[in-house]
Amino acid sequence: MRYLPHTEEDIISMLRAVDAETIDDLFSMIPEDCKTKGSLNLPEAMTEWELNAFMDNLAEKMAVSPKYKVFIGAGSYNHYIPESVSYLLGRSEFSTAYTPYQPEISQGTLQAIYEYQTLVTRLLGMEVANASMYDGASALAEALLMAARVTKRKKVAISGLIHPHYRDVVRTYLEPGDYEIVELPRLENGKTDISAVAGMDDCAAVAIQSPNFFGCIEDIRETGEIAHESGALLILSFTEPLAYGLFKNPGCQGTDIVCGEGQSFGIPQSFGGPGLGMFACRKKHVRDMPGRLVGKTTDMDGKAGFVLTLATREQHIRREKAKSNICTNNSLCALASAMYMASVGGTGMRELACLNYDKAEYLKRALREAGFEIPFDSPTFNEFVVNFGEGFKERYKKLMEELIIAGIPLDSWYPDLSGHYLLCVTETIGRAEMDNLIKGVRA
Amino acid sequence: MKELQGTSGLIFNEPLLWEKGKKGRSGFSMPRRDVVPSPLDERLVGDGPDFPDLSEVDVTRHYTRLSQWNFGVDTGMYPLGSCTMKYNPKINEREASLPGFAGAHPLLPQELSQGTLELMYLLEEYLAEITGMDAVTLQPAAGAHGELAGMLLMQAYHKSGGSNRSKIIVPDTAHGTNPASAALCGFQPVAIKSGEDGIIPAEIIAALMDEETAGIMITNPNTLGLFEENIRRIAEIVHSKGGLVYGDGANMNAVMGIVQMGKIGFDIMHLNLHKTFSTPHGGGGPGSGPVCVKSKLEPFLPVPRVIKKGNEYLLSGDFPESIGKLQAFYGNFGVMIKACSYIMSMGSDGLKRASQLAVLNANYIKESLRDVLYLPYDKECMHECVFSDKLQETQKITTLDMAKRLMDYGFHPPTIYFPLVVHGAMMIEPTETESKEDIDRFIQALKDITAEAGENPDLLKTAPVRPKLRRLDETTAARKPHLAE
Repeated sequence: MRYLPHTEEDIISMLRAVDAETIDDLFSMIPEDCKTKGSLNLPEAMTEWELNAFMDNLAEKMAVSPKYKVFIGAGSYNHYIPESVSYLLGRSEFSTAYTPYQPEISQGTLQAIYEYQTLVTRLLGMEVANASMYDGASALAEALLMAARVTKRKKVAISGLIHPHYRDVVRTYLEPGDYEIVELPRLENGKTDISAVAGMDDCAAVAIQSPNFFGCIEDIRETGEIAHESGALLILSFTEPLAYGLFKNPGCQGTDIVCGEGQSFGIPQSFGGPGLGMFACRKKHVRDMPGRLVGKTTDMDGKAGFVLTLATREQHIRREKAKSNICTNNSLCALASAMYMASVGGTGMRELACLNYDKAEYLKRALREAGFEIPFDSPTFNEFVVNFGEGFKERYKKLMEELIIAGIPLDSWYPDLSGHYLLCVTETIGRAEMDNLIKGVRA
Repeated sequence: MKELQGTSGLIFNEPLLWEKGKKGRSGFSMPRRDVVPSPLDERLVGDGPDFPDLSEVDVTRHYTRLSQWNFGVDTGMYPLGSCTMKYNPKINEREASLPGFAGAHPLLPQELSQGTLELMYLLEEYLAEITGMDAVTLQPAAGAHGELAGMLLMQAYHKSGGSNRSKIIVPDTAHGTNPASAALCGFQPVAIKSGEDGIIPAEIIAALMDEETAGIMITNPNTLGLFEENIRRIAEIVHSKGGLVYGDGANMNAVMGIVQMGKIGFDIMHLNLHKTFSTPHGGGGPGSGPVCVKSKLEPFLPVPRVIKKGNEYLLSGDFPESIGKLQAFYGNFGVMIKACSYIMSMGSDGLKRASQLAVLNANYIKESLRDVLYLPYDKECMHECVFSDKLQETQKITTLDMAKRLMDYGFHPPTIYFPLVVHGAMMIEPTETESKEDIDRFIQALKDITAEAGENPDLLKTAPVRPKLRRLDETTAARKPHLAE
């Protein structure tokens, strides 16, 4: 086996050194009745080319761009990844290292993550960002738990326009700890109805998503004001960070904790994971924040460098009193997103965000002209809801055969919205392809 | 000093990103604008992020230089105990980057995602076989996330049986994540001491286990690198009081094809695909922490689950007793592809061989260093061995000093000061992918270092001297946190 370097000769001499006759002797401390008899029932070992053929075959069964035109966003976005990002990310000094516990020989990861933290604070307009969490959904759950620690309250209000899967994850995390979750309804314009928060004096946090699941931009500042009046923190969740290349960031609008999914920035969709949980907060709350942090310091010779810091919040020191059980971050995904943000740059980020916005507006306008209802009139970024009508399912299937995936139906999450679809357009979709979609849905 | 493996090559100083570049540059191939700009309410528009503008060359040099300051498995031996830093096969990267996988949207209609679903189904079957369990969820994103899933499963199981148990037994040798995960689910961790031989005595469990206790969390082999010999008896005791046995599979690399945990009393067990199944650690993630369970726990697994109907694979959310979702989608699929590729490349015999050689390597190191380093638990170890700095105490040399000096010799240090039960612990896990020559060099390095401790302790106190930076001031970093520019 090519990953196992031992020759028979090596094994014999090593066994002699440990005073054993056979390798089995090394396992003598395992009681006989604990040992597996016979061998595991697994397929025979494959050569590299057999494995390639097997995996090629599986991968070919998938409907992906460019063969298919996929108009689905809903928490996973098809953005172009510069070849330089994929290439640099493949440098195995980054990928084959572990958590940078030994800073002297991990400065590459540490500086890169420090830069990532800075890029995230600038993107979101916040003071502090951590080294990343698993994904946007678990980051939201951790943000709510953090707000509960800060305010010492056990009730949270979350918008019904937060990604339905994120709300599911929040329930999984919070229910065992006896937290109370209040779900906020929606208004007719596709934004969250936050009026219920005004009367609550025991609420730890109000969480909204912007752009929300319907693509609509929420009134972040107003929501924050209402939350703060009742002593709650405002948590802002997001699934599409590119929106902040164009729209006002959450930090300048009074948000206390910002958490969301960073997959859009240089991370392949990969059937939903791994993703990147971006997580940022105000400086005054940093000691209640979950996750790893990289800080700047100096070495014995006074040279600037970076280390993991504020570890006293973490599980390996605090054990059951830790702020979170999270152990590592999604470091390589954070690195990918930093490389992406650096590649696109400040000027490019604005241009790219405008392009996404304009394309979605083009499609929205064309659909409206084609006679379809756009039910929510609030501004959106690169996705929006359209009412294709009750009988659209057949047409949707027909379009699939024509290699077009016309968005995603909303009725499984919102039963009152049957016939409604969530459509997404990014820079990877050309005008001709949008025209094709319109032709297809009209037919 | 004789010639060492570690040396100082030409590496570059590199400023922070925003000290580079010029306004107006971009490293991104901007798509052609084929639609007209649309108006937008000015009150919603922000200033845009304050990012530097860099060319592709700027970005490439920046990250190439940074990467050269890092030590990875591809650089050299990385014997970090309990982390299983084995070689990460390159073919696995190719499979994970296939456009059909990497470009797959998670909400594609199921008939158009048969490839990813089939792969997940297969991997679940393989992991069930390797652990001797009945069912598997691939959703948890990492080991600690798997532990959380395991605790939620335990809680759901007891609740469905009508019992409300508040305590859980966690040995002092456990990873810190164990008590933290248990606490997140509202369980009160009850710490127990392992015996003098480093093994949990069954009598302690018999005395503690009651109907208030949900179960026990055991790492097997444990963090001292020892097999929990009383495991069957402990499982019987816990089961007799209606409790469950949870296994932390961090150390599964010692026993693939040798012990199937599901057959010796474990009810729930998480695996770390980034340890045992060779996927790269990525500088701290992304990992993947599947949870394997016995059939009595299957109804509670996270949704959606991959099921097979005829020749078709489906995602089903129809499990009313499920603990719910742990991630937005189905877990770290990109990592699953690599682990599945590894299992298929190794086969049954290859996996067993890997464990055998991992154990051989660890025992070889233990025997070779016993004269120069103190061995607190002197018995056969599994895939890792734990020393301490007790013999160096009179020289006022600590584990930290020896670890830092190892860097000068061109090795990543072992895990230090863990497990907590050993004062000044040094936990060495070579893994099976290190050759005898490399291990011999590592052994010689530690022998030389322990000699230096007597002859010239300053070499250790001031180490490392060869990496780009020397010891860093962690105290000031924590007192005055400087976390962003």
